Amino acid sequence: MQTLSAVMSQLVGSLIDLNHPGRYVHWGFIQLSVANLIVIGAMVVVFVAAILIPFRRHGGNDQ
Amino acid sequence: MSIDTGPPAEAVIESPVADPIETPDEAAADRPEDAGQWSARLRHSAVGALPPERLMPDRQPAYVASWIYVFGVLTLSALAVVILTGIALSVMGPQWWHVSSTGLFVNSLHLWSVEVFFFTMIIHLWGKFFMAAWRGKRRATWITGVVSFVVSVGAAFTGYLSQQNFDAQWISTQAKDGINSTGAGAIFNVTNFGQMLMWHIVLLPLVVVALVGLHVLLVRLRGVVPPFAPPDQTDVVGPDPGPLSADPSSGHSTTPSVAANGERP
Repeated sequence: MQTLSAVMSQLVGSLIDLNHPGRYVHWGFIQLSVANLIVIGAMVVVFVAAILIPFRRHGGNDQ
Repeated sequence: MSIDTGPPAEAVIESPVADPIETPDEAAADRPEDAGQWSARLRHSAVGALPPERLMPDRQPAYVASWIYVFGVLTLSALAVVILTGIALSVMGPQWWHVSSTGLFVNSLHLWSVEVFFFTMIIHLWGKFFMAAWRGKRRATWITGVVSFVVSVGAAFTGYLSQQNFDAQWISTQAKDGINSTGAGAIFNVTNFGQMLMWHIVLLPLVVVALVGLHVLLVRLRGVVPPFAPPDQTDVVGPDPGPLSADPSSGHSTTPSVAANGERP
């Protein structure tokens, strides 16, 4: 478990360097961390995908 | 409720059959004289409003066959993981979740299931907002969802305060001025670790689970909100119980139905 954890942290750490203070964006009085902005963007993408992607159906007699 | 020795057991069993003409209230009780009791009336109204086939239906209206309708149950699934991992953390204690690799893993599961919970709940909220899901006497469903969301934010907040690390200290010292400015700081002290832990593991989970349970019951009672009708059709927003069984002759609804696994008849 510890070996796997070490490998995973090395792997993820090499992709995304989190060893620094958080980065923030500012729009007037709005201050938002980049991490939160990414999550919000992902939610918007998933929301749009949930509307557009057809739902898998059996039988095929759509009504 | 009354307690008496009553007639022999066989007489009690035969009592409803012996009276061929029963009012609905009388049918609620084993014996007609018990029909006025609050327990009989409550049971009768509860079973009438939410019969088992509506609580756990086999089929849903056809419009439910869309990914946007999946996010409610995804939120419920994430909440189940939150509760289960929280129970494990409570049983094993801080030494376990801070030191052992298994404890750290369950602690991480608890955090990430909360992230999934809010992620899916927000998409569920967006979907229902743009469907105007309060239509068709579904106001209470919408309101219980909104209140569940707000209470969940509080539950997550007290969770971050219970981490026992510098992050928790930073959040509490940042939050105390805001809480104090509302006057709530007199009874809700975010720098009081014991109080925040109790709110996080006892009070707020009870409220969240109760509200979510009520929310789900209301969904079953009022039905799942249909999407808006096309411009050339009349919008049907009334409570639609949906087809409640696989039997198309049951007459519950004329809405095209789809099985729980997405299969159509």
